[in-house]
Amino acid sequence: MQSKLGLDFKKVDHARELAGKIAVDIQGFVDRYSTVAVERTLCRLAGIDGVDDNMVPLPNIVVDYIKERGVLSEGVLFFIGNAMVSEGLSPQEIAVKVSSGELDITRIPFTSKEKIENTLNPIINSSINKIKARRERRENYIKSMGEGPRPYLYVIVATGNIYEDVVQAEAAARQGADIIAVIRTTGQSLLDYVPYGATTEGFGGTFATQENFRIMRSALDKTGEELGRYIRLCNYCSGLCMPEIAVMGAFEGLDVMLNDALYGILFRDINMQRTLVDQFFSRVINGFAGVIINTGEDNYLTTADAFEEAHTVLASDLINEQLALIAGLPQSQMGLGHAFEMDPELENGFIYELAQAQMTREIFPEAPLKYMPPTKFMTGNIFRGHIQDALFNMIGIWTGQGIQLLGMPTEAIHTPFMSDRYLSIENAKYIFKNMRKIGDEMEFKEDGIARKRANEVLDLSIELLERLEKEGLFSALEKGFFANVKRAKNGGKGLEGVVEKGDNYMNPFVNLMMGGK
Amino acid sequence: MSGGLYSMQSKEFDKTLDLKSVKPYGDTMNDGKVQLSFTLPVPTGEEAIEAAKQLLKKMGLDNPQVVFYKELTPGYTFFNCYGSCNHEVDFTTISVPKVDSSVMDMHQTDDYIKENVGRSLVIVGASTGTDAHTVGIDAIMNMKGYAGHYGLERYEMIEAYNLGSQVLNEEFIAKALELKADALLVSQTVTQKDVHIKNMVELVELLEAEGLRDKIILVCGGPRISHELAKELGYDAGFGMNSYADDVASYIAQEYVRRASNKNL
Repeated sequence: MQSKLGLDFKKVDHARELAGKIAVDIQGFVDRYSTVAVERTLCRLAGIDGVDDNMVPLPNIVVDYIKERGVLSEGVLFFIGNAMVSEGLSPQEIAVKVSSGELDITRIPFTSKEKIENTLNPIINSSINKIKARRERRENYIKSMGEGPRPYLYVIVATGNIYEDVVQAEAAARQGADIIAVIRTTGQSLLDYVPYGATTEGFGGTFATQENFRIMRSALDKTGEELGRYIRLCNYCSGLCMPEIAVMGAFEGLDVMLNDALYGILFRDINMQRTLVDQFFSRVINGFAGVIINTGEDNYLTTADAFEEAHTVLASDLINEQLALIAGLPQSQMGLGHAFEMDPELENGFIYELAQAQMTREIFPEAPLKYMPPTKFMTGNIFRGHIQDALFNMIGIWTGQGIQLLGMPTEAIHTPFMSDRYLSIENAKYIFKNMRKIGDEMEFKEDGIARKRANEVLDLSIELLERLEKEGLFSALEKGFFANVKRAKNGGKGLEGVVEKGDNYMNPFVNLMMGGK
Repeated sequence: MSGGLYSMQSKEFDKTLDLKSVKPYGDTMNDGKVQLSFTLPVPTGEEAIEAAKQLLKKMGLDNPQVVFYKELTPGYTFFNCYGSCNHEVDFTTISVPKVDSSVMDMHQTDDYIKENVGRSLVIVGASTGTDAHTVGIDAIMNMKGYAGHYGLERYEMIEAYNLGSQVLNEEFIAKALELKADALLVSQTVTQKDVHIKNMVELVELLEAEGLRDKIILVCGGPRISHELAKELGYDAGFGMNSYADDVASYIAQEYVRRASNKNL
């Protein structure tokens, strides 16, 4: 490919190689560990669901039970499989008996690993087939009904009540939205369990639960059929339950998931060992389920300066890409993140933003890049805000972004009203149509501002990646290389849920999901 | 829909400004012009427009005009409207509690602290409770600052610690003790259903229980926070929208000196 910005692709290859080394180094750690979230995910993949009288999810009860007895290292599948052999019960029945205190699955004499595997096999295959069928269902829908052109128009709903969210989502789809993201309630990322059932109370968002996923997906199926256009549903595989949310999404046919390798560490102070182990399995699941992941680099720029720190976004995109590849997630499912967040007072800011968006496009040609709108410099002046969003939309269409996360004129005031979304979608549709081929028509001047900017950001990213590679990612996170945020390897939330794998540990899903599509 | 480019409305009303009786201003004194937009959960059509107009009248808007409407989804109609407000306010009797300090820039504040305190002031800030938003606290504290106003980290005479988001009140207090904080900054951005109020009150109660409340300058900020609300909740000062590090730093420096001189009396 010829770079419109005069980028040296040998440099890009070098940057990728460095990111690859950083990712492989991390994976050496990841492969040796599991977490309570991974084990709860395996419970769900074994068919365990539901809650006890106190609304505690059964996967939590089983995993905590094993953890309290100090044998989490052997993994939950080993104990469940062993109990199935000896008791002749299903995993769900076993979980209920663990919950009621009738069965101590850690004290049943161990049978052979082979027997356990053979007993688990039909259950494993049934989960794999369930996810496969969901994926095919989406693919068939898109084949038969079609979908909106890229960039997909992505809007959020955030009422706190799933049934009200449905009304908002249907309206947005009819107005032209391609992706509906149901924002999670404030604080859900720090819950070490996934709530159960349909929910109608949330702060600044709606609980992610499997039932809420089902309700929204089925509403969007109906609206999609009405419109003759497939509408994607997005939620959040982040926080302390990354892989669990991934598997619930895979079961219910979610299409897009926020799923960043570093976001939780930097912005939620979740322990880095925990997040890196969790992100791997969540991405294995998302990869297999055909889910597009979105990474969260845009957040760096709400904390650090968007002009000065642009290279950290590119470096992180490259690391996220390499970690995703290790998890078997193809480039076509990588919604790598970047953002339009420069100070509107910056002279030629539009040209710098354009250069960076074009650069990101050229460096990740296969990826459905996720482009984030201005948020940091939205002031409550809805009229100026609407224009900021218009400039952002121009760059989106000009540089061929994959997913345009629409800005709202009322950003910084309230979660979007139905009419805010209407105005935003109208803004984007107008600009996308009016400027559809602008990118094909325009070239960037030799030695001009845009070319210089793109090359400078690439060079700075390479410098950073070189330092990261020498330092190692753990140590770099401790020293605050990203977003000026420093995190301790043994600090943060969720470290107590990390465990080194023992001799009997098994997780056959990783190979199955990475091998077969 | 629109009445044409030029307003032909009669303008036969008293056009003198009277601060005892202030009305919105469109292009003529006391014309009362207000623009507003809203959605009604009704299907679009003449009845919807009439409903919007009746609502405008109930809001105290004369000559209601619907200049744009659109059905967003079946059963929900969006309106852009204008009207002339028939209410007025007495500007001469308004009194709003304000932070009582004069705003200095970074260098002036640094000099002020050097002269009047003689050591750096320790300021610890966090977005507390479940609030995951760091935009506010970052704008005040980060080196770079926001919109051309440097953050507290850049002040020579301020030792600033930004603990980030979702910090529990207990943790926040522990850190304040460890760092010997002179002032605490609490940022609250997402504030639905008043969770921020409960959380902010809890911090005050915990500080009182520990006997620390009087030893610390307690400041809060966020888009939905006013100085009046802050005082009500037991804080020393509150900073709302369009406040910057300059405002916060000057207040803390001056308040610190004020308290020190009161002690010496």
